[in-house]
Amino acid sequence: MLLDIEGLTVELPGADARRPVLDGVDLRVAAGEVVGLVGESGSGKSTTARAALRLLPEGAAARGRVSVAGTDVLAAGPGELTELRARRVAMVFQDPRAVLNPVRRIGDFLTERMVLALGTPREQARARALELLAEVGLGRPAERIRQYPHELSGGMLQRVVLAAALATEPELLLADEATSALDVTTQAEVLAVLRDLRERRGTGVLFITHDLHLAAAYCHRVSVMYAGRVVEDRPAAELFTDPRHPYTRALLDCTPGLDSDRAPRPVPGAPPSLATAFPGCPFAPRCPEAEDACTAWRPEPLPLPGGTVACRRADISAPRTAPHDPSLETR
Amino acid sequence: MTATGTRAAPSGPPDAAGPAGAAAAIPAGRRGRGGAAFWICAAFLGAVAAAAALAPLVAPHDPAAIDFDRIWSGPTAENPLGTDQMGRDLLSRLIHGARESLLGPLALLALAALLGVAMGTLAAWRRGWVDAVLARVTDVMYAFPGLLFVVLVIAVFGSGLTTAVLALGLAFAPIIAKFTRSVALAECAKPYIDAYRVQGMGGFAICVRHLIPNMAPALLGYLVVLFGEGLMSLAALSFLGFGAQPPSSEWGLMVQEGQAALIQGVLWPSLVPGAAIALVVVAFNVVGVRLADRLSDRR
Amino acid sequence: MIGHVLRRLAGMLLTLAAASLLIFGAMYAAPGDPVSFLIGDPENVTPERIEAVRAEYHLDEPLLVQYGLWASGALTGDLGTSYQYNAQVADLMLARLPATLSLVGYAAVLFTVLGVGLGALAAVRRGGRTDAAVTGGTVLAASVPSFVLALALISVFSVRLGWFPVTGLGEGLLGRIHHLTLPAVSLSLGALAIVSRVTRQSMVEQFELEHVAAARASGIAERHIVRRHVLRNALGPVVTMCGLVTASMLAGTVVVETAFGISGIGSLLVDAINTFDFPVVQAVLLCMVAAYMAVTTLIDLVHPLLDPRVRLEGSRA
Repeated sequence: MLLDIEGLTVELPGADARRPVLDGVDLRVAAGEVVGLVGESGSGKSTTARAALRLLPEGAAARGRVSVAGTDVLAAGPGELTELRARRVAMVFQDPRAVLNPVRRIGDFLTERMVLALGTPREQARARALELLAEVGLGRPAERIRQYPHELSGGMLQRVVLAAALATEPELLLADEATSALDVTTQAEVLAVLRDLRERRGTGVLFITHDLHLAAAYCHRVSVMYAGRVVEDRPAAELFTDPRHPYTRALLDCTPGLDSDRAPRPVPGAPPSLATAFPGCPFAPRCPEAEDACTAWRPEPLPLPGGTVACRRADISAPRTAPHDPSLETR
Repeated sequence: MTATGTRAAPSGPPDAAGPAGAAAAIPAGRRGRGGAAFWICAAFLGAVAAAAALAPLVAPHDPAAIDFDRIWSGPTAENPLGTDQMGRDLLSRLIHGARESLLGPLALLALAALLGVAMGTLAAWRRGWVDAVLARVTDVMYAFPGLLFVVLVIAVFGSGLTTAVLALGLAFAPIIAKFTRSVALAECAKPYIDAYRVQGMGGFAICVRHLIPNMAPALLGYLVVLFGEGLMSLAALSFLGFGAQPPSSEWGLMVQEGQAALIQGVLWPSLVPGAAIALVVVAFNVVGVRLADRLSDRR
Repeated sequence: MIGHVLRRLAGMLLTLAAASLLIFGAMYAAPGDPVSFLIGDPENVTPERIEAVRAEYHLDEPLLVQYGLWASGALTGDLGTSYQYNAQVADLMLARLPATLSLVGYAAVLFTVLGVGLGALAAVRRGGRTDAAVTGGTVLAASVPSFVLALALISVFSVRLGWFPVTGLGEGLLGRIHHLTLPAVSLSLGALAIVSRVTRQSMVEQFELEHVAAARASGIAERHIVRRHVLRNALGPVVTMCGLVTASMLAGTVVVETAFGISGIGSLLVDAINTFDFPVVQAVLLCMVAAYMAVTTLIDLVHPLLDPRVRLEGSRA
């Protein structure tokens, strides 16, 4: 298993935090697999992805196990951690404008990791940067590397960020809302670059998004997170056609597809803040199907054929539809 | 980039230390704690103020009693902090000097606050040309770095505590006006002001009865921290010979008079009043920052 | 960009003109007749003598004419004649300038290096004990007036330990550094507190930004991140504050020069006030205000160059 997260619990210091940011998260990504991670803001998606690089919030305490291709991330020494961050795992963030240092040139951003973390000679790193920019489809690379971030559009910048991520041919790519800030055509192009990378190099991708439809279309498997827990983990097609957790159903109801004539139904209530602790299921207060017992039942992933669901009332029988969606193979 | 960008740093008070200097020095995360420090400082200031008020009762000796047999004596049972170049008791002089040293800054702040709050409120309320005039006046005042404006006034009207206090009051007024203006602008944007206007209340009445009282907590915390600045500035002027004049025992003047002893290796006469200034300023800064936080929390 | 520079310069000149008018007008309004200071010995006062002195110093002209004469003289380097020394004010000031400039320069080096260093240290160790110590120390440092610090330093390092001389300027570069160390420390402590605070604040803000997290995510060592991402990006406010504080030190030397008996511009001003030497007072005040405004304007104009975003917009405008 390329990325293997088991029972990851992350707690923040401070009196305001009354529950962990992450509470017993399990997540797996195999080589060449695209795993989607969906949920509302604050559900712990980004924290989970960042934990794969041990980029925890200041003062946070982490328990559980995170391993990337056999390396225990939480216990790694400084050398191992640098090797992991610099060479083996790459991260693409949501807002390329925030990710690029505004006072440094595009070229600096692209070569920084190669020169400072991996010790590549400057000239060689520059040549590689030019190659990479061409690879992600950015025209006139020689000119681009002398420009500053504010001189490029958001779509161009996200390609630069992708180019930097590809620089070391990583085994695992963490895409944190990598396409959410882009317009639809750029989004499609970025997704094409990612797909290409996965197919040619067998890179595993953890694809974080709040767009359930995008996740269903693009990923092999999808994990749904709520209040720091994974509430459902299923093959993408099954999750979409036969959601088992009430929260997954609620999310799908928020954004009806083209072929549906239902009106969108928002999830009642708001995602809980860290200041709210739950003795039982954290979704119970917003759940249309909750019973009294739900507020006392500590959620645990219940096995389903092909996945898990963390709801005591969920139907855990075999899926009603075909588990295999041939269309995924061509995507 | 605004044309007045660099003017944001106040240049009025001395030692290049902005008036809000100490207030901003404590990071927000740390402000919640330190309750003990606040009470210790508040108690210390209370004790100093009480000693100043009851000086004739508290001071062991007459601060003006000259005794040439006892020049520059170190601490003894008779003179706990030693004596100065005329054999006067330093502790008694310190206690009596606390009156001028504390009342001076109080008076200059009262003047500065009166002018500053009035100008700042008016500028925020009327905007337009009033605001523009205030901005130009502030620009010219801010063109004088440190204490230079005060020095100019003293050059014209001569040295003396009253002149120094008045000049410092004028110098501090634009700083308070600027602060008041920003607070008042934020306050004027709130709906309750419009509500009073709709009811037909006059501008002056709204400002005096509602706007200024509502700004008072923010202003008060700021003024307490400015008090430390005022005390340091006034003491610096007295040290230069521009403020309090002998035989006063204002602390800055005491430091200056002790300077001659220092060269002779007698440290007490200058260090005792120097330490008093530093301690009182630290205490005011700690109390002011904490007070500003508490008052703004309550709003 | 050019338009911005011109507007800024015009604004500065206008403010300077207003300040100079204020300086000159204040002296004009001063109670007492300058003639009595000019003639000095009361026995020499004769109507003819008064007349001659009045004519020499243009004391009979209206305020604006006097101001015009003074201001046009100042523009050509003629700052008038000292009542007390009977010498050109410009010469007096030039003779005193090196002492003041070397003091301010020394202090500026001290507070910039130590202030930025301490602020950066506190920012890197934010939330820890080092941070608390630096932050607490700077609050205390900002509360000690420079003249009190000056006397404390003299008492410890000059009188008790004998490491540094009490007064004077010293011979040669090393002697100058030796003599000016205590004055420069006294002058720079308050500034050091401000600069370290601004550095810390500005860097802590940068630490929270995504590009720092991204640099960390790509395995770049923390020391490179601090230097290339945090410190570099935090530089704007730090440079501005260092410049401003240095500029206002030109006035701060008045107190420190008096405390250490250094004959610089500041002590010249204090002497001039005590002897009612108005031309010297006017000239010193004017020069200090002009220098201060020149430096602040320069910072305003140079500051945007640190940020490529502003730089570009400026050149397009």
